[in-house]
Amino acid sequence: MSSNHKRLSMGGRIDREQPVEFTFDGRSLIGYRGDTLASALLANGVTLVGRSFKYHRPRGIFSAGPEEPNALVTLATAGKREPNLPATTLELADGIVAESQNRWPSLAFDVQSVSGLFAPFLSAGFYYKTFMGPTRRAWMFYEHFIRKAAGLGRAGSDPDPDRYDISQAFADVAIVGGGPAGLSAARAAAAAGARVALIEQDFLLGGQLLAEPSDSAAAAWLRQAEAELESSETVTLMKRTTAFGIYDGNVIGLVEQRDPTNPQLAGEARQTFTMLRARSIVFATGAIERPMVFSNNDRPGVMLASAARTYLNRFAVLPGKKIIVATTNDSAWRAVFDLADAGADVTVADLRAAPPAALAAEAARLGVVVRAGTHIVDLRGGHAVRRATLNGPDGQSEASCDLVCVSGGWSPTVHLTSHLGVKPQYHDDIGGFVPGAFPADRFGAGSMMGNYSTAGAIEDGHRAGTEAASFCGKSAPAPTPSKLDLGETATALLFEIPSVGRGKAFVDFQMDVTTGDVELAHREGYESVEHLKRYTTLGMGTDQGKTSNFAALASMATLRNATIPETGATTFRPPYTAVALGALAGRAIGHHFKPIRRTPMDGWHMANGAEMLEVGLWMRPYFYRQSGLDVNEAYVAEMRSVRQAAGLMDISTLGKIDVQGPDAAIFLDRIYANGFAKLPVGRARYGVMLRDDGIVFDDGTTTRLAENRFFMTTSTAKAADVLSRLEFLLDTAWPDLRVAVTSVSDEWAAMSVAGPKSRAILSAAFPALDVSDAALAHMGLLESEWQGRALRILRLSYSGERAYEIYVGATAGEQLWTHLLEAGRPFDLKPYGVEALGALRVEKGHVAGPEIDGRTTLDDLGLGRMAGKRTGFVGDVLRRRPAFQAPDRQRLVGLECIEEGKRLRGGAILFLPDEKPYGHGHGRVTSVTFSPERGHYVGLALLAGDVASEGSEVVAVYPMKAETVRARIVSPVFLDSQGERLHG
Amino acid sequence: MLRIECPCCGLRDHDEFRYGGDASVMRPAHDDPDPQAWYRYVYIRANPAGLHREFWQHVIGCRQWLVVERDTRNHAIASVELARQLSARKSPARKPPA
Ligand SMILES: [Zn+2]
Repeated sequence: MSSNHKRLSMGGRIDREQPVEFTFDGRSLIGYRGDTLASALLANGVTLVGRSFKYHRPRGIFSAGPEEPNALVTLATAGKREPNLPATTLELADGIVAESQNRWPSLAFDVQSVSGLFAPFLSAGFYYKTFMGPTRRAWMFYEHFIRKAAGLGRAGSDPDPDRYDISQAFADVAIVGGGPAGLSAARAAAAAGARVALIEQDFLLGGQLLAEPSDSAAAAWLRQAEAELESSETVTLMKRTTAFGIYDGNVIGLVEQRDPTNPQLAGEARQTFTMLRARSIVFATGAIERPMVFSNNDRPGVMLASAARTYLNRFAVLPGKKIIVATTNDSAWRAVFDLADAGADVTVADLRAAPPAALAAEAARLGVVVRAGTHIVDLRGGHAVRRATLNGPDGQSEASCDLVCVSGGWSPTVHLTSHLGVKPQYHDDIGGFVPGAFPADRFGAGSMMGNYSTAGAIEDGHRAGTEAASFCGKSAPAPTPSKLDLGETATALLFEIPSVGRGKAFVDFQMDVTTGDVELAHREGYESVEHLKRYTTLGMGTDQGKTSNFAALASMATLRNATIPETGATTFRPPYTAVALGALAGRAIGHHFKPIRRTPMDGWHMANGAEMLEVGLWMRPYFYRQSGLDVNEAYVAEMRSVRQAAGLMDISTLGKIDVQGPDAAIFLDRIYANGFAKLPVGRARYGVMLRDDGIVFDDGTTTRLAENRFFMTTSTAKAADVLSRLEFLLDTAWPDLRVAVTSVSDEWAAMSVAGPKSRAILSAAFPALDVSDAALAHMGLLESEWQGRALRILRLSYSGERAYEIYVGATAGEQLWTHLLEAGRPFDLKPYGVEALGALRVEKGHVAGPEIDGRTTLDDLGLGRMAGKRTGFVGDVLRRRPAFQAPDRQRLVGLECIEEGKRLRGGAILFLPDEKPYGHGHGRVTSVTFSPERGHYVGLALLAGDVASEGSEVVAVYPMKAETVRARIVSPVFLDSQGERLHG
Repeated sequence: MLRIECPCCGLRDHDEFRYGGDASVMRPAHDDPDPQAWYRYVYIRANPAGLHREFWQHVIGCRQWLVVERDTRNHAIASVELARQLSARKSPARKPPA
């Protein structure tokens, strides 16, 4: 057949001058600019577009909007497959390659549909009954077959080649929906002086007005409204944008599709996720037409009446020549008249005994056959409808057809308003749910409030727009809206589900839920809506049951002999339509997933063989490749160089806090477990902070720079937490203390020179400074300048060797680093990384992150003497609670491996030598290193105090590698217990 | 997303803030030796359906600690105050112990 043989020669909102080539299941087709994929398929006579989820039944195009349950396709482009897209919302653009879904080997001939092989397994409750409880093992057997049989499209597995963006937006008034009510609300709110964002999921504004003929008064009204809004500087028109969720704080989640027809936008973000913060929101989301329930109501060629009218008037497609319109209400008659006017042979089957006389008269004028009190019982036709069985006052009859239009009334689109908890309420007069009471900053207008006439929607929108602007304090007088009366009659609705034929009658097309499933759920006691939903999977498809909810609800209400409000409504949750995960991620992927922090010496590390390690957000040198072939070889070499000569380490990542004020010493006395008030100016002290519950929080050194000024360092990991904690105590607990704390972490580059030759290196590097032991004793401070930048040298040791921490203004960090290396060359100074740093501190028995793990106390870590008998500091009282003194409390011990050629591992579980290794053991290894000093592996461990003591043996079990190794409990200080090397 | 009206910086998204726990519990004086008082402060929490006073810090902003009154049922924020002002009102400035 010829291309576009169902397309009318005139009318519509398509551009016949701009043909668009696309492919569907390998077939090349032509549509026009302004088409959706669905309208272009219909224009080309394609009625069969997919197979259903469970039963593989043939399906066609059912709607003309985002409510589409059937016509889901996969878009396949180079390197990418995007499944489950409604053809009804896909804007047609050159080069679209679409595929039907869930069929094998082909759409027209599907094996599973023919065999009906799995149908008996797939009724409601099948999963529950078969796979829960004692028969759960059956799942193992069935899973493979069911996964293959039931499902929709298949996603690609390659990385997404497309780009996405995230944007932040603000408005006084956000208006969701660009139909007559939304347009009117936008005009009113803008005229009142508000900044307006108008959100429309379609690529055209107008909503239901787009279903009106393109030369009608409605079209003229729409043109004027659109021109007015486009020229307004305070209105942002957001087309191709779906509001998929409403969140706290009037934040609206939006996803905008790139205009696929604009070649200049190729390469731009395919979708943009926008968080729109609005001071008030007008919901003008419209209504969705309901299907009718009868046997085989899912056949291709069954379509919502309003959709048929949209395809006719907006897309100039006449989807059928011999049409039966089945309705319960007046609205479908507008489709009847337009379809008849376009030349179709139309029969109306109105369930009502006496449709309004005016409608019947107009029908008679157009030669439409009217059958009152009549409904469809059954349909025949495989890939397209052929015959309908009608049931009316005169009994059953047959009628041939090539299109069946249905209208079971309308359901206001209350999904978004429900997201923040506004419960839908049933209104008898419209036979549907509308939102309940809104909070003061949200408004509803038009058919989503049950106000179905165009004239009414325009008035309602004007009111809502005015009120929403007024909520934002914008109330300049707005001119009354220009009127538009389309003469719709009130929708006198009759809702019941009449008798159906023997074939399946669907209530949820996408999830393949039938009236039989609802009956089964009812029989088995799943009567509440929420149970019905879970038992039958009703409304759980990608369409969220937009067309199905009401039919199922009415069906259950009938079975229960209850009213609709007694049966209840389900809860809607975001997203309203499917959102690509890529859009939510935006550009925060790969390297951009989180920020990377680099120290001032990062460039040098990268250029000089450092293997880098991510530590939180920081990049730190792990080891230097010139030290060894791999990390194990390198860290031992780097340790040796520190112990025998000297090493240089980048410690810029330490948290650094400037503490100032007349009460600074008192403050430090309260936040550290050990005292600081008596610390002399020019001296540093190691300090430990506790949490209120008595657990160790962090450790570091603090130096008294002046009477009222201290320089605190924290661990790299806790830098932000410590600062925040100090601010908390000053703001909330002790506002009387005159202290200010400021982070200076990024202001200073920091490096440590450690090893017996460190003093000689400092002398060489800073010839003008006196770094003798007399001038700079252990725990001493020297302040100076270097190259015009502030310089602080602290004599502190972490490794157990004589060592100095050198702080310099951050911008001079790399310069000083290379200067030190240069000065240290004659003394064999070598850089070392965090692995060697960790190993050195383990050998010296210093605790760090693995021991200060949020569960250990000062006593557990052997640091109880630091607090001594002090009181009045944070954590003081609860650290002394009896449970922390229990004899089985796990305390810090040292371990040394006593098996030749074996190693200890962090995380190993500790047992007694004669015990079966089972359960949690008596403790665990926290940190390990090979000790060049000892010639074997040593480690720190937390071990229950009542099972073993120093000198006895334990077994360290590492189940991950099936390793068991004997170790001896020793003092955690493996090296120089007298601390002589600090002065060496 | 919660939006919090910082008294210093204005209305901001909650991801600029850090949650700091229940602000309705009274912290004992730093030198209060009573374990029961500290136990109650650290561990005992009401779980109201309704208004809840809680600490938030504007970490990516002015860094002030705030006391926010939030309705746990709908996240509506009834009030936001500077914690320092509130606590200073409770314990007026005095010469701290030496
Ligand atoms: Zn602030």
